[in-house]
Amino acid sequence: MAILINENSKVIVQGFTGQIGTFHSRDMIHYGTDISGGVTPGKGGTRHLDRPVFDTVKEAVAATGADTSIIFIPPPFAADGIMEAADAGIKFCACITDGIPAHDMIRVKRYMRRYKAEDKLVLIGPNCAGAISPGKAMLGIMPGHIYMPGRVGIIGRSGTLGYEAASQMKALGIGVSTSIGIGGDAINGSSFKDHLARFEEDPDTDAVVMIGEIGGPQEAEGAEFYRDNMKKPVIGYIAGLTAPKGKRMGHAGAIISAFGESAAEKVEILQECGVTVAPSPAEFGPVVQKVLASL
Amino acid sequence: MDIHEYQAKEILSDFGVPIPRGGLAYSPEQAVYRTHEIGGDSWVVKAQIHSGARGKAGGIKFCRDDEEVWKAADELLGKRLITSQTGSAGKIIHRLYVESASEIDNEYYIGFVLDRQKERVSIVASGQGGMEIEEIAVEKPESIIRVIVEPAVGMQPFQAREIAFKLGIDDSLVSQTITSLLGCYRAFRDLDATMVEINPLVVTKDGHLLAVDAKMGFDDNALFRRPNISELRDKSQEDPREMKAADRGLSYVGLTGNIGCIINGAGLAMATMDMIKHAGGEPANFLDIGGGASPERVAKAINLVLEDKNVKALLVNIFAGINRCDWVAEGIVQAVSRIDLKIPLVVRLSGTNVEEGRQILKDCGLPIIMADTLQEVAEKAVAAWLDYEKNYS
Repeated sequence: MAILINENSKVIVQGFTGQIGTFHSRDMIHYGTDISGGVTPGKGGTRHLDRPVFDTVKEAVAATGADTSIIFIPPPFAADGIMEAADAGIKFCACITDGIPAHDMIRVKRYMRRYKAEDKLVLIGPNCAGAISPGKAMLGIMPGHIYMPGRVGIIGRSGTLGYEAASQMKALGIGVSTSIGIGGDAINGSSFKDHLARFEEDPDTDAVVMIGEIGGPQEAEGAEFYRDNMKKPVIGYIAGLTAPKGKRMGHAGAIISAFGESAAEKVEILQECGVTVAPSPAEFGPVVQKVLASL
Repeated sequence: MDIHEYQAKEILSDFGVPIPRGGLAYSPEQAVYRTHEIGGDSWVVKAQIHSGARGKAGGIKFCRDDEEVWKAADELLGKRLITSQTGSAGKIIHRLYVESASEIDNEYYIGFVLDRQKERVSIVASGQGGMEIEEIAVEKPESIIRVIVEPAVGMQPFQAREIAFKLGIDDSLVSQTITSLLGCYRAFRDLDATMVEINPLVVTKDGHLLAVDAKMGFDDNALFRRPNISELRDKSQEDPREMKAADRGLSYVGLTGNIGCIINGAGLAMATMDMIKHAGGEPANFLDIGGGASPERVAKAINLVLEDKNVKALLVNIFAGINRCDWVAEGIVQAVSRIDLKIPLVVRLSGTNVEEGRQILKDCGLPIIMADTLQEVAEKAVAAWLDYEKNYS
């Protein structure tokens, strides 16, 4: 089953013909993702990577029946692209773009509220690596080969740390149902809590790894959701033990600016909620193995 | 991006927030001249550095005559001011703001922030002005008033009114308070701010409303469309290495440990630093060279990290996703063979073409310590650092 993305997802690429869009579209096609076409305003009617290009997302959806999109649009225009996807009826969108102004994301989140729950676009990112259901489809920029198909879900802010977790698991023969990147920005499309709920419902997922970091309230909200609503085990980790207060650690959102936002405080909240916390990032694999063995 | 108090005041004043009369000074003579311009019989000479808590650190001086102003300015200019927020390195005072002193009757705290939980702008106010908001939250949490702005319509007058009345501001000043609060919101929204703080907003003994201290922060991601704000950047207030890194497209944060870190991806960087700590060491820096990690970027990163003289061992941890380990390995070899590296270098490569990458590092003839896993790279780096300290110091 997997969540959000599978072999039946029909994908369009927003920002298809640019250098980055082209590079990763090739990779996704190679992985087996059904890329039906792309959108680059002004290039409608042409073809790229042997697929049709459209001026608008609406036209692309009408012509291809796409239900999923991935965004490689430059930061000044990316928020507009997300809203365009939502308006065109796209159901799942991964925004890879890093550097979208926070005020633009406030606008995007407000705009999304106009849709009923069943019509609403599920957005992951911005500033994320995308999503992958190993062996089925890849909607992102990750190296597909490090993910083995399996029954553990991953939700993480960081791309490379998510790769680290997946490859530690693969080394122990543990596969992934779906891996979701929610991105490193302060305001993002969806949070740990949203995807924990999806994994809890997914019959093909047995446990979930939640990889958080300093800054923001979403790790704590995810842990509280686990405590109140989940039966499947969650393994957590919070990166940034050594991060000083008030300094941005790479990601726009990775900054300790309030109570409960440091790694130590978040670990405490996770543990209080019953999440199994990996003592170090070198122990994703072994801890997941132990948790699975106890099921 | 942070700006100085005087810059924040100028901006907020344009949006209708009343501020005391004041002027900028780069020398004691200029500071004295400013007091003559401003008039009155008492002034404050305020160190302009990017930090709060300047008063407690001796960066704000109350003066009654020319001589006191001259002395205060002379003492402050060029001084490295260490506050509770600057860290031990402190920040150098290059500019002073001289301002008319106000006789304060009541002080209030007003803060506009990007609320990550609500994903909106939220306003925090309290009658306990002059204290840091963190202190207020601990000591007088019941005094905190919170208002959240609906982004579709923006802040409404009733919301400003609610704050003004809850703060207990005198009826005669309520309408000016509302103008100020709405002005702060417009500044926040129109200029892509991430923070606007007036602390304190005061009511003076003679019944005036004034923003006595103000602070603004801006979204780095939005500076491309705010050229007037970008111009306010003061590089002298930034860590020179962080600035240099940013100019090279690298994300760097200097810390106090001895193990220099070069990693791709912010999350993996933080996790590797956590591992160093678990292994008994301390990282010298956070450095994310980005998901791509081209040979040129690896080389630039190595040079940058080596500028920190506290670095006694170098750790490289690259998870090659988009690119290939053999390519990254070549970059490391190129960079290291060009410099005379005196300290140990520990490298862990993972991901695409990892075997080829490791082979290149093995064959290059450079004394590179290899590691296979995250745990191993941290442990080997800490061991190499301890070994180096023992033998060379």
